[in-house]
Amino acid sequence: MAKDEYREFRLVGTRPDRPDGLDKVTGRARYGADMTAPGMLWGAVVRSPHAHARIVKIDATKALALDGVKSVVTRADFPEGLTGEDWNLQENTIAGEKALYDGHAVAAVAATTRFLAEEAARLIEVEYEVLPHVIDVDEAMKPDAPVIRHGVSDTTVPEGMSPNIVRKIEFGNGDLGAAFAAADLVMEKSFKTEATHQGYIEPHACLGQMGSDGKGEMWVCTQGQWYIRKMCSAVLGTEASQLRVTPSEIGGGFGGKTTIFMEPLSLALSRKAGGKPVKIVMSRSEVLRATGPTASASMDVKLGMKKDGTLSGIQVEFRMQGGAFPGAPTEFALYCGLAPYKFGAVEAVGYDVIANRPRCAAYRAPGAPMGSFAIESLLDEMCLKLGLDALDVRFKNAVVAGDRAAYGPKFGSIGFVETLEATKNHPNLLAELGPNQGRGIAAGYWFNHNGETSVSMAISEDGTAQVSVGTPDIGGSRASIALMVAETLGIAYEDVRVNVAETGSLGVNEPTHGSRATFASGKAAVLATEAAIKEMCKRAANEWGIEPDAVEWADGAARPAGPNAGQFPPMTIKEIAGAMGSTGGPISGHHESLPDGVGASFGCHVVDVEVDPETGRTEILRYLVVQDAGRAIHPSYVEGQYQGGAAQGIGWALNEEYVYDDKGRLQNSVFLDYRVPLASDLPKIDTVIVEVPNPGHPYGVRGVGETGITPPLPALANAVRAATGVRMTHLPMSPSKVLAALKGR
Amino acid sequence: MSKIHVTTTINGDEVEFLADPRETLLDCLRDHVGLTGSKEGCGTGDCGACSVTVDGTLVCSCLVLGVEAEGKDIRTIEGMADGATLHPLQRKFIEHAALQCGFCTPGLLVASKALLDKNPNPSEEEVRYWIAGNLCRCTGYDKIIRAIMDAAAEMRGEAA
Amino acid sequence: MKYHTPSSFQEAAQIAAEATGTTRFLAGGTDVLVQMRAGIVLPDELIDLKKIPGVFEMTRAADGAWRIGAAVPGARLGANEDLVADWPGVVEGMELVGSTQVQGRATLTGNLCNGSPAADGVPALVAAGATVDITGPNGTRTISVQDIPAGPGKTTLTKGEVISAIHLPARGENGGDAYLRFIPRTEMDIAVVGCAVNLTLDGDVITSARVTLGAVAPTVIVVEEAAAAIVGTNLDDAALEKLASAASTAANPISDKRGTREFRIEVAGVLARRAAKIAYARAKGE
Repeated sequence: MAKDEYREFRLVGTRPDRPDGLDKVTGRARYGADMTAPGMLWGAVVRSPHAHARIVKIDATKALALDGVKSVVTRADFPEGLTGEDWNLQENTIAGEKALYDGHAVAAVAATTRFLAEEAARLIEVEYEVLPHVIDVDEAMKPDAPVIRHGVSDTTVPEGMSPNIVRKIEFGNGDLGAAFAAADLVMEKSFKTEATHQGYIEPHACLGQMGSDGKGEMWVCTQGQWYIRKMCSAVLGTEASQLRVTPSEIGGGFGGKTTIFMEPLSLALSRKAGGKPVKIVMSRSEVLRATGPTASASMDVKLGMKKDGTLSGIQVEFRMQGGAFPGAPTEFALYCGLAPYKFGAVEAVGYDVIANRPRCAAYRAPGAPMGSFAIESLLDEMCLKLGLDALDVRFKNAVVAGDRAAYGPKFGSIGFVETLEATKNHPNLLAELGPNQGRGIAAGYWFNHNGETSVSMAISEDGTAQVSVGTPDIGGSRASIALMVAETLGIAYEDVRVNVAETGSLGVNEPTHGSRATFASGKAAVLATEAAIKEMCKRAANEWGIEPDAVEWADGAARPAGPNAGQFPPMTIKEIAGAMGSTGGPISGHHESLPDGVGASFGCHVVDVEVDPETGRTEILRYLVVQDAGRAIHPSYVEGQYQGGAAQGIGWALNEEYVYDDKGRLQNSVFLDYRVPLASDLPKIDTVIVEVPNPGHPYGVRGVGETGITPPLPALANAVRAATGVRMTHLPMSPSKVLAALKGR
Repeated sequence: MSKIHVTTTINGDEVEFLADPRETLLDCLRDHVGLTGSKEGCGTGDCGACSVTVDGTLVCSCLVLGVEAEGKDIRTIEGMADGATLHPLQRKFIEHAALQCGFCTPGLLVASKALLDKNPNPSEEEVRYWIAGNLCRCTGYDKIIRAIMDAAAEMRGEAA
Repeated sequence: MKYHTPSSFQEAAQIAAEATGTTRFLAGGTDVLVQMRAGIVLPDELIDLKKIPGVFEMTRAADGAWRIGAAVPGARLGANEDLVADWPGVVEGMELVGSTQVQGRATLTGNLCNGSPAADGVPALVAAGATVDITGPNGTRTISVQDIPAGPGKTTLTKGEVISAIHLPARGENGGDAYLRFIPRTEMDIAVVGCAVNLTLDGDVITSARVTLGAVAPTVIVVEEAAAAIVGTNLDDAALEKLASAASTAANPISDKRGTREFRIEVAGVLARRAAKIAYARAKGE
């Protein structure tokens, strides 16, 4: 569907109140832990205190002897013989032979109260044989490193490398030797980033029920109810269709709630307790120890640049550990880090490595922030060396539509140059800087994603509309989808209700991930609405006795398409809906697909900092996010995504990190020591929404959720460099590290 | 474990419940009184999602025992609106899109109301430090700050 | 767990003395409840001190000395203008503990009894020369705050002993104190280094001083050399340098998740210098 970019919209681009706003400001909205059920039990999980240990024996005798303890499960209660990703999910849900990280679940118990369940969990005796462990990615790759598990590596890994290296990624193009020879400056540097956590404020929570017949129900905070269904069923060996999963309101996810953790445990406990529902709510410490952090990375970059700023070639090797299972987002780090520029020749190598840490989950643009940190930092350093303006160099090398990305595909319509243009024109770039202050600029990229999508909509008898989507609303997608459906139907925004459906009422949907909710569910909702409109036109045509093709839809009514169709007054949606019982029955529309036409989103951030030269502490003075949204359906929530992404990136750059002791135990598993940014840490975050509409979406949407976390890491490193003269290559840039660098230690 | 009978006032209504003395006020609100608007994000007083007032003092309800509520006046997010009329802060949070996931929202609203009750004309910096104990992971705080400042201005009778 | 609400400190001490299991006193609860929630401490007897008459009282005697009840929360210290005028460093130390919400509950006494080497409330108390009243099963005693901490998580209080109040001496003329801590963020963190300075002046010249450091040793430390470096001076640059150097020399920290040993040593000196300047300005009435 081609759309005129200059087309005027009635609703798209306005900022109405979100439909779920009232529930969320009055405390009525129900999140994961807010649900109870008759006869409900509480579950608690026994977790390994060791980074790596053989499980010799689990004795639950004392726990089961307590009055009120109804069931205990261990791995023995789960089916054997799973392979591949299903085995990974099961092994991460509950350890088998070995505990693979501090916090790995080894048993679970259900009892009549939370205190009783916790007490019973303490009484479950687990005998461990502690094994050598490895935490750091570079250490884990060494030939003599403790082996997490044999046989995980795929065929891409050359013989003779550590069994902890499970995948090797290689791609490239051009003659790198010639490219570096043609450069006026070639520099190489190594970079590291530490693991961070998504840090959603709502801990994982679920209420699961399953009978001996394998039929079950679950209430759970998740980004994807069908993923929960599929994964739980695989882990438990039950049939997916027999499990009905209802998503609660979700208190943040950022990728971390696209997989399972303790959900199968609640179902297994329930099944063993005669089908009584079992509620499990994680503590913050469990969240940090055992749920999706991101990978940690160690990266080498070598870059060639000509005197005029033209990039001639780049060589990168990224090594990332993603915990005790395959899946570190190494290729995304390579792809996204390399995406923004025409580099000339490219040689890229990546390793996916396992280590004794919790399994990494997706975290907002997985991999992209690390890759951009390494590449954009070196680019900045070389601009300084050659006396070039960092923004000019980015302009010079920026990819445009039709350019081939380093990782293969050609870019369609993209707005990177327009984003740089808007950055250059922003007043923040004119702000004067004082002593110990510096400005940093960096760009970032995220592909955006389509994914399996199923949406249905129906016209109600009064001419209003309901839409059922399968993507939980994390940040205002009900509002954006209602705007698009109302725009398409020609009715009021308030006359559309968007419901997030449980798994029983729609076809399979991927989660709200990959910045896809407003793109994919939005596009499917528009297509479903168009199907309903077609039916309404047909009803009008029947009434008028003309061909359906001779009817068009405009402003909420069917109308004859031109004078040849006949002279009839418009038939409004209210009239058609009111009569539908006698004109052919319910009017609805649905759409199922992998929606094509995904549009990538580029961003550019500019940050001013002041670094205290005596303590190494970095204060953020001003912050600017510029990003291409394609089209902002509800600009306030687009701005919110930009600001939220920036804040998370700022945390990652300055203070957030997983800290382990020498035994491989996580040292900072509470919010006191896992330091996410506070209101008092941040300034206002300025935003500019660039709109280069995506031709692949009926309203031009690209998806905006993820790109924003990518540029802050290099932008802050570049700003600290500008303020202090010191290039920080290891995140986070905590005061200890910055002060040590300033003192030349 | 013998439970203790607690009589308290919550949002103006007299409420009675039986508390295990280990239970926090947050546990009691959520599990005994059915007021699940106050959230547990950390259980350690570091996130503010469970903010309530006890005799007018802003506290984390996860750091107060349920049995300590005896005879107190407790105010939670559920009591913030006056019937169907939202408090200006609630209205401004919606208007400014100051929430994304909404999980930290009840705590932020209770905390910012406690600030405006005490100081109707806070500076942006005062607001930021007052709510430093209310973590929000979605918004970067920008729109929250704008909503609070705007609500304060409206409550002072100044044009927005 | 049994929950007790004694009506006197004697009764509280008696319950604690007779207890056979784990006992905790409850005032603000901001440490005890966290430990209970994490399962680190599961008390058999929890003794709530807040029903004891006078625990919320904060008074200045005719001679200018202060008595702060065991359950007075941080927020009330900051709201007391007279206390802020007399001992701003003590107040700012306590006010740095936790969030606004935590300030509604957390107490100076609790901060002291938690035994953390990084307790923000303690260095300024020690610098001020504060004392505490202790009630035990065998009677009461008064000792210096400095003598309470005994290492991470430990105090010198014996079984059954409970602190009933903190005493601050009269401020007197031409005195000032200040407390600064270093944290990576702007709020909500545990001190990586803390430093309090309390001093008095005669004209521009410092006549007496106490400098204390937190989070750089198993307990708060009093740095005599740092005080000596500024006594007799008008806090000129040379004195400040000597002060910083003495503070850094006295610091004997560990490296942990919150900061490295090198960083703490360095920043101890930086904070000493900055806190001394503030205390000096306050003493001059600036």
